Amino acid sequence: MQIPILRLGEDYHSADLVELNDNLVTHTANPGLIRRDLLNIEKSKAALDAIPAETLADYCEAAAELFMHADLPCGDSTQSPAEYIESLSALTRLPHTLVKMNMGKIYEAMSQIRTVIGGLTRGIPLEMFDGGLATLDGLDVNYYPATSSLGVSLPSNAPAVNSLWLPALVMKIPVLLKPGREDPFTPLRIVQAMIQAGFPKEAFGFYPTTHEGGDTLLTSCGAGISFGSDVTVRKYAPFKSIQVHGTGRSKILIGEDFIDRWEDYIDVLVTSISANGGRSCINTSSILVPSHRDEIAEALAAKLAQIEPLARDDENALLCGFANTAMAEGIDGMIEDLLEEPGARDVTSSHRDGDRKVEAHGQTYLRPTLIACDDKNHSLANTEFMFPFASIVEMPQAEMLDSIGETLVVSAFTEDKAWSQDMMISHNIERLNIGPFPTNRVQWEQPHEGNLFEFLYRRRAIQGDLSGVC
Amino acid sequence: MSSTLTVQEARAQLDSHTRELINWHFSPETGCPYWLDWAKNAGWDPREKVECFADIMHFDNFDDEVLRKEDPAKFIPKAYEGKPYNVFETGGTTGMPKQRIGWEDYKTDYTEFSNHYGPDFFPQGGNWLMVGPTGPRRLRLAIEHLANIRGGAAYFIDLDPRWVKRLIGMGEMQMARAYQAHVIDQAATIIRHRDIQCIFTTPKLLESLAERMSLADAGIRGVFAGGTTMTPQYVKFIQEEVLEGKINYAPTYGNTLMGLAISRKREPGEYSLTYYAPQPRATLRVVDPKDSTKGVEYGEYGRVELTTMTKEFFVPRFLERDEAIRRPECDEFPWDGVGDVRPFQSGTKAVIEGVY
Repeated sequence: MQIPILRLGEDYHSADLVELNDNLVTHTANPGLIRRDLLNIEKSKAALDAIPAETLADYCEAAAELFMHADLPCGDSTQSPAEYIESLSALTRLPHTLVKMNMGKIYEAMSQIRTVIGGLTRGIPLEMFDGGLATLDGLDVNYYPATSSLGVSLPSNAPAVNSLWLPALVMKIPVLLKPGREDPFTPLRIVQAMIQAGFPKEAFGFYPTTHEGGDTLLTSCGAGISFGSDVTVRKYAPFKSIQVHGTGRSKILIGEDFIDRWEDYIDVLVTSISANGGRSCINTSSILVPSHRDEIAEALAAKLAQIEPLARDDENALLCGFANTAMAEGIDGMIEDLLEEPGARDVTSSHRDGDRKVEAHGQTYLRPTLIACDDKNHSLANTEFMFPFASIVEMPQAEMLDSIGETLVVSAFTEDKAWSQDMMISHNIERLNIGPFPTNRVQWEQPHEGNLFEFLYRRRAIQGDLSGVC
Repeated sequence: MSSTLTVQEARAQLDSHTRELINWHFSPETGCPYWLDWAKNAGWDPREKVECFADIMHFDNFDDEVLRKEDPAKFIPKAYEGKPYNVFETGGTTGMPKQRIGWEDYKTDYTEFSNHYGPDFFPQGGNWLMVGPTGPRRLRLAIEHLANIRGGAAYFIDLDPRWVKRLIGMGEMQMARAYQAHVIDQAATIIRHRDIQCIFTTPKLLESLAERMSLADAGIRGVFAGGTTMTPQYVKFIQEEVLEGKINYAPTYGNTLMGLAISRKREPGEYSLTYYAPQPRATLRVVDPKDSTKGVEYGEYGRVELTTMTKEFFVPRFLERDEAIRRPECDEFPWDGVGDVRPFQSGTKAVIEGVY
């Protein structure tokens, strides 16, 4: 299968090819090609502007069904949903179960696009995207697009993050995508579903490209979204037009009022750490407890150790293999090195049979790992890896909020009102779950980590007689 | 200029040239202090052991740190003593630069380049614009020489790659982009207000320039580009879109130590580049990165190794920071070529390449 570049709706065959496996070749865009396409982006914007936002939302809902159920164009071939699942699994080593779960999340985001956008705009009617004006609680509001393009550099390890850029199309902002090297399928399948459903093809760019091409895409579009580590965050920090979804370091904080009931919530802890193969930024990477650390650690480690590598197509598979074996070796080696620092213990090691890194079913896995840390400042106490990994640290409840640092998701297992209020004014938490919820719980009407609407649109003060423009 | 020799004749010419130049550089009457001193310490006399190009393997890989540490005057051949010379520096290096000296070599290289392309590829009498690193670089004089021998004048817009590299190293991407825009602004102004028909620049600057204007409509008829990697897609994109299929395009591979390797003619739809060193003055081998005495097979990637042998300068077996595919001789050049050049081990480590 050949996957060409999509240059604002037109297939383009590059002379630089990347052979991902015996049957799959992607075409690589050079950076200049992306910049050249952006010279014509106003035509793409005009194509979206010509369609009412309500109609675009209808198209998005229809696209959800196509994405989930239809055979869709994929390069020089077509791809059924089953073929999509197997192809993506083969490249990323995500088990079929997780591909299906991610597929379901994308389906939800597409089919509930009105809810998603309502969450982002806090209920502004979709018509606002047609003329810029809307009335909210009797007040006229005027928003204008801050950009005519959104560039997105996507990861390979989390197909569901594609749901983040979807609303931009209904908001009438063309999207240029750099797929992750091992996942050209997901963004392309979404794009094809949207085109089939009625979106103008000119509104989409799909550019498998180099790191330099990714930089070009992000810095040349009026707005850019990237995913990555702390290094990525630092790299794009000077660019106000680029929003980086970095390391999550999501945490569960168990309050003094809940800690004696910890056994009731052990499964929530397991889910938070291991859902989606532990690959998401919303997976828990640290658990802070006021007491009972060792009891909780042993019980949790025993449960985590039961999650064994299974074949990619096993319907019970939870762990992901590593497409890049060297990465697995690097992570494993780093953990072992950091365990040399005093004050940390791999609790799972005594519950699992064998090493953390294991070869099974023709690929390399890292088995779930829980580290009990004596000190919140231990190098393994607040870090994140691409597999089910977490630390557990004991500290007084009163010290927890000052210790968490920047955290994407906090699930606070508490009913302590005062403590909850402290969390609600904390500047370190992007998404806050009050109650014994897993950190990977996502409600679409509560967007976290950057509001796409606020990123793409600016509000203008407007007054006077608007009867002529409404 | 294309060679009229057969492969065997070219080999014989290279062997003969090697003997002549080894004798030149290692004879007290003609050689330079650096190589004469080297021979005293080496314990062997290259004049006795080197009888053909293959015997160059008696030399170890040249350590280019020498070009930073040593006074360039130590490389003045006895035969050139008293003649004013140029000091040239390599491109994007920061810190103490590598330097080489020269007299006429750059003129020889660029006259040969001019002859290779004939009067129409770059219109005879047309003016040139160079957009790229000028300063202490051989290229600046070379482009002016090229323009002059073709009956035109040369305009220059400077770009300091060392500053760009430093900006990128400091994470000042926005400033690097602003600096590039500043360079392109100046180039666009010259093209709009002067009669320019030929351009020398890097592929990236060429792309940026063409985002400002149609180069074909602006009267450009020939573009000579080099300095950074050009993948097949780069070449395709430049020919079809940047140059709109209307402007002649001469991609080259070169540097201060080698001179200029011309790319062979390509068939329509062929975008992979193969460069041929200006043999016998310079020779490129594609070698096993783990053992540079061994060449790789045709069609395989290896590290590029340069040997330069002119009366002005001798550098044996210098390992370039590039890798390439070893390609066979072609109609125009009866010796090995280097194809699809890219930074050495560019797939395994971060390289700041093509900053301008």
